[in-house]
Amino acid sequence: MSDRPAHIGQPHLRHNALRHLAGRGAYVSDLQLPRMLHAAFLRSPMAHGLITALDVEEARTAPGVVAVFTAAELNARCKSWTSGLGHFAGMVSVPQNILAEREVLWAGHPVAMVVARSRAEAEDACERILLDLDELEPVSGVDEVLLPGAPLAADGLESNLCFRTELKTEGVAQAFARAAHVVEGDYAFGRHTPVTLEPRAVVADYTPSSGQLTVHHGTQTPYQFQDIYARQFGLPDHKVRVIAPDVGGSFGMKLHLYNEEMAAVAATLILHRPVRFVADRLESFVSDIHAREHHVRARMALDADGTILAMDVEDRTPIGAFSAYPRTSVVEGNQSIRLMGAPYRMPDYRGELKVLFQNKVQASQYRAVGHPIACQVTEALVDQAAALLNIDPWEIRARNVVPDDAYPCTSPTGYQFEKLSHEKSLRLLREMIDYDGLRRDQAELRNAGIHRGIGLATFVEITNPGAAFYGVGGARISAQDGAVVRLTPGGEVHCAISVTEQGQGTETIMAQIVADQLGVNPDQVKVTTGDTDTTPSGGAAWACRGAGIGGETALRAGRKLARRIAEIAGAVLQADPDTLALRDGAVVDAATGVERLTLAEVGRIATYRPETLPAGTDNSLSVAQHFAPTGYPFGFTNGVQAALVEVDVETGMVRLLKHWVVEDCGRIINPLLVDEQIRGGVVQGLGPALFEECLYDENGQLQNGSLADYLVPMACEMPDIIIGHVETPTEDTILGAKGVGEAGTAAAGAAVMNAVNDALSPFGARLMQTPMTPARILAALCVGQG
Amino acid sequence: MKPPPFDYQLADSVSQALDLYARSEGDALWLAGGHSIVPSLALRLQAPSLLIDISRLPELMGITLTEEGLRIGALATHAQILSDPLVRTHAPLLSEAAAHVAHPAIRNRATFGGNLVLADPASEFPAVVRCLDAVFDIVGPEGARQVGVEDFFLDLFTTALEPGEILRSVLIPPAPASLRCGFDELARRHGDFAMVGAAVWLVVAEGVTTEARICFHSVGPTPMRATLVEEALRGRPLAADEINAAQAVLGNDLDPADDVTLPGATRLHLARVLLGRILHRLAGQTAMETAA
Repeated sequence: MSDRPAHIGQPHLRHNALRHLAGRGAYVSDLQLPRMLHAAFLRSPMAHGLITALDVEEARTAPGVVAVFTAAELNARCKSWTSGLGHFAGMVSVPQNILAEREVLWAGHPVAMVVARSRAEAEDACERILLDLDELEPVSGVDEVLLPGAPLAADGLESNLCFRTELKTEGVAQAFARAAHVVEGDYAFGRHTPVTLEPRAVVADYTPSSGQLTVHHGTQTPYQFQDIYARQFGLPDHKVRVIAPDVGGSFGMKLHLYNEEMAAVAATLILHRPVRFVADRLESFVSDIHAREHHVRARMALDADGTILAMDVEDRTPIGAFSAYPRTSVVEGNQSIRLMGAPYRMPDYRGELKVLFQNKVQASQYRAVGHPIACQVTEALVDQAAALLNIDPWEIRARNVVPDDAYPCTSPTGYQFEKLSHEKSLRLLREMIDYDGLRRDQAELRNAGIHRGIGLATFVEITNPGAAFYGVGGARISAQDGAVVRLTPGGEVHCAISVTEQGQGTETIMAQIVADQLGVNPDQVKVTTGDTDTTPSGGAAWACRGAGIGGETALRAGRKLARRIAEIAGAVLQADPDTLALRDGAVVDAATGVERLTLAEVGRIATYRPETLPAGTDNSLSVAQHFAPTGYPFGFTNGVQAALVEVDVETGMVRLLKHWVVEDCGRIINPLLVDEQIRGGVVQGLGPALFEECLYDENGQLQNGSLADYLVPMACEMPDIIIGHVETPTEDTILGAKGVGEAGTAAAGAAVMNAVNDALSPFGARLMQTPMTPARILAALCVGQG
Repeated sequence: MKPPPFDYQLADSVSQALDLYARSEGDALWLAGGHSIVPSLALRLQAPSLLIDISRLPELMGITLTEEGLRIGALATHAQILSDPLVRTHAPLLSEAAAHVAHPAIRNRATFGGNLVLADPASEFPAVVRCLDAVFDIVGPEGARQVGVEDFFLDLFTTALEPGEILRSVLIPPAPASLRCGFDELARRHGDFAMVGAAVWLVVAEGVTTEARICFHSVGPTPMRATLVEEALRGRPLAADEINAAQAVLGNDLDPADDVTLPGATRLHLARVLLGRILHRLAGQTAMETAA
């Protein structure tokens, strides 16, 4: 096999970016199939109500309409689904169906489906449907939803509590009792939503003659949906093909089950024609998952010299009227309470989680599930402690992080850390940002009335998830990935792999990894992803598994093929395969480097002249490999971020001047792609810290459900993001890679909140709520309040 | 987000456009840059039977300097307002404001006239033209008429334009000598509708403000003149104490309502801060040169 890692670690360009730049992307949104029909939905205008009348007759005769469906026609086609995971004991959620039958649960809940020749005609016909609702009292608050007699978010619930859990070490009460100092706060995080560039898109196409259902689906998890469509619609899974071609952003939003996608599948099963649904932006706001509304009360106990003793956290997180399927909406809160204090040597901890129902759009996993909440709460408390004890914010972190030589270790919430690098990361960051210089500038500018703030945030990220995430809870979500690697008859390489590409560069790094195993260039490796018929089954893209698990799968598949090639070459050359290596597209003598046989020659002989090989030689130039992590349950990574901001204390406006990240994702496969993952992640963390929030009124109506009113972060407001690396490979795999996709998002908000509060410190003002809007900053400053 | 069905007619002349409108029996809308009407159709807020495309009417084009002032055709794009040398010289407040309006792609298509007749109270240009005392040149079935800006913006999205009338051009009167003017706004993201914005137009002779027009946007149902502030400035030196005094009376001019992201009191505070900043900037500036 190849003995020279020539491409892993190199800044190869993402080759599919050229195709996208040339306008040759292939998105489901662009797909046109013969006889394709278009779907539009009539949605509930009320957050909670009972359907008293639904008359679709006028819509049936509207121009271009092929079919109009209500719950009576569609729901019968599909088993209902109920969210739950075995390891979340006591969790409840009501069963869901494609269309609302009797009760509408949120403003936007689909009630009827129109299928027509064009989307415009389908929308025209929706206007002819008569829907009458009796309004029920919507559940929209937080504090009152668990009170006795509170209205319930859905019929069949006994209370608005979806799930409650508590983690507790024995010494918590004692730690707080003996603490020299306790800092505390009530922290609030606004609901927000992913806003992918390409909205959710599906074209479902059933062919009755072959019994084949093909679903072109802009998703990050095609195999999960293959399983869902097969089971919910009663089809054998080999007759269900899910194709996820180019996908314009997922961020965790495109792995949940949505009513509209299920409706498109049901409609093609009835109509035997391709049915297309592409969410428009307004529909995205009322049907894509929302995320991360949390209300956290937290305390931190410290001894006299600023050593953290314990944290005590109560997290309430409302999710919608039911938990999302198939992963549940509980994972977000579960990770939030388990990641609290994760970077620190903290002996004791209590965390209580309450997941609450409301009549709003379902909320569930979104990039960096739970991380930003845990990081922001922990890091805010650490800064409050630093201020109280008059310790520098960098210094208090350096004193408290788990030392680099203390691994392996286990957090008080039960997470097992193999090897992290907080101390090294903090030192590198301090150098990169010229911390002392920044503090000097800050003091000088403060005298001139310019208020800058420096914010730090250490973090831990969960990556490389094994079956502990979902599999143990009974969910049919693959913890393993698979690859088929083959040498073509011409001596080139093809790799079909289950991890998927949404712009992260998955295909590029797989080509680098496979190339190194076979002694070829990455441009000689074609990588295929995103089609359940042509790639092996696997987890695909979620929870930062692509590089760590998918990459290891590709590596092992590549090595298996390298061994096979050496065996075939050895048979041809009458040489011991162990004396051969693969370099520069050829089989060489491992000791001397002398070329013995090109890969093209191996391909030619094995394909066209197999009879010339000695009897018993295996000429299979395709090998398959599956891989699941078997060591630590998760591969944790770590890092630290810093933000420099300037706050205009008269207007409450925040300028992001600069942002730094030091990150340790283990083995770096491609530094360009790692940095872009981090930068994108940072921006996705800055959005909800400063701009993004789904604002609801007390009737459960979304007040800002368009891109005119819902502010996503845009280039003009974003700072330069400087990145440094520490590399601590995991020893669980040969490759040593961990994930990096969520690190930026995990701590960006915490860093910027600490920076804003640092800027405001001369005024005695402190923000504990995101997004930090000008109105909230001015309110904290007691300015402009009338 | 697809519009309901409508017919489309391209008009070659104002008279043909008016004729098409008359035949539609009032069930038509004008289409120029399309940046307000197309979204409103996609959102199904409006459902006209006919769109009459007036985007190629020669009578609505051109930016020219006349004896009466600067005449800006209604079809001038925001990009032209931003970069046209005549506008930059004779109505610099407009060019300055245009830099805050949306983004280049939008500025290339959206029209100045379309923006004004929409009368969105959050929009910049209505406030600026009110500050500039513009005159609206309107043509309709009964012929042409001129409407002063003080009679043009009537209410939220409501102007003096009658159904079936077309805004042909806007006249900006010549700038007086010793004019100092400035525009600024506070927006959460560049190019967004602002939390508050202000256009300030002052004649300052020998350090004393002799004339003042100040107009805010995003603080009420129409572009809002701050007449008490203007009065407080008039006849006094443009200096720190006077600016403070002017800021103090702004609360008598404006009474912004609470909305979902910003309490009215906070918006008023922001207006006051913005006013102070612009006035201080103008106080430090010598009188602009005005072209002949």
